[in-house]
Amino acid sequence: MHEMGITQGILEAAVEAAERAGADSITEIRISVGELTEVVEFALQFAFEALTPGTIAEGATLVVTHVAPRSRCNDCGAEYDHDRFTMLCPECDSLNVTLLQGRELQIDSIETSEEPTEESQG
Amino acid sequence: MATIDLSKPILDRNEKLAAENRARFDSAGVFVLDLMASPGAGKTSTILATIAALRDRYGIAVIEGDIASKVDAEKVKAHGIPAVQINTGGACHLESDMIQRAVDTLDLDALDLIIVENVGNLVCPTEFFLGEHAKVMILSVPEGHDKPYKYPGIFQISEAVILNKVDTLPVFDFDEDEFTSVVRSLNPTAPIFRIAATKGQGVDEWAGWLARRIEAVRTAAGKPPVGDAGAATGEEGPA
Repeated sequence: MHEMGITQGILEAAVEAAERAGADSITEIRISVGELTEVVEFALQFAFEALTPGTIAEGATLVVTHVAPRSRCNDCGAEYDHDRFTMLCPECDSLNVTLLQGRELQIDSIETSEEPTEESQG
Repeated sequence: MATIDLSKPILDRNEKLAAENRARFDSAGVFVLDLMASPGAGKTSTILATIAALRDRYGIAVIEGDIASKVDAEKVKAHGIPAVQINTGGACHLESDMIQRAVDTLDLDALDLIIVENVGNLVCPTEFFLGEHAKVMILSVPEGHDKPYKYPGIFQISEAVILNKVDTLPVFDFDEDEFTSVVRSLNPTAPIFRIAATKGQGVDEWAGWLARRIEAVRTAAGKPPVGDAGAATGEEGPA
């Protein structure tokens, strides 16, 4: 249920940026979510639908890019994709590895409109 | 139509407040531990055992996070340790602003260690930084050795894993070898401490790890090393 708080964070950041740019509405919000985070897209979308009515993001689409885990081996230098359970290096079995990506929880960009959404869709 | 590039963390506000909390802890030389576990894993018992092991050397306070009640804070206060209860009123995890308000009620100059007992939950607390120096999780034997498969995130984010209630191993079907090997593959560097908090078993090793971390934060803030822990870090402590 922490997706509600995360969605609030998304909305606050998006609305603040849109208002600063003088936009009247937000049509799309793009975020990246690493597969190693405990964040479920279904719950994000549910919270988004619940929180956006009455805001300038009402009716906007939430586009989620999932980021697969990727690590680098500090012993042999290999870079490799992996699932969320196995960090170890597939080349040399080393456990001395550094995660490069997979823990993202980032708002990437938003699409805004300077006119009410319904008129802009023409 | 216009595209606005943001490229910033979703939990930006929480993370900025966490950084403020952390700066405050660092300058006061107070090590802050975020202790996470499911309900009933023995967070409060582990805290009491940790207090018993370290209270002669360090000033300790506890911040208790629960959805409701003051039960845990009362238990800690009964041992003469300052405790602040946060009631989240339904929220499943603590956030930085709650910690900031709780810390305002504590005398940081009198402290070396603050233990934050997060809300009982193996999922939500993993995404929220509080300004802590380390997140540590407890799993208890009755919960089963398969938990790292089900909740990998918390095992990955923790700097140490405590396996509690090891005194019950004979009566539960808990495969310790499998548990250790999954935790290793999820988090190669985290030590696993086997303890039975209510019996005091294994607590010294865990407390030793914690003391070394406390000393590092004290040293960075210009506080002198304390007693045994100074020796444990390979430095000469005052007599």
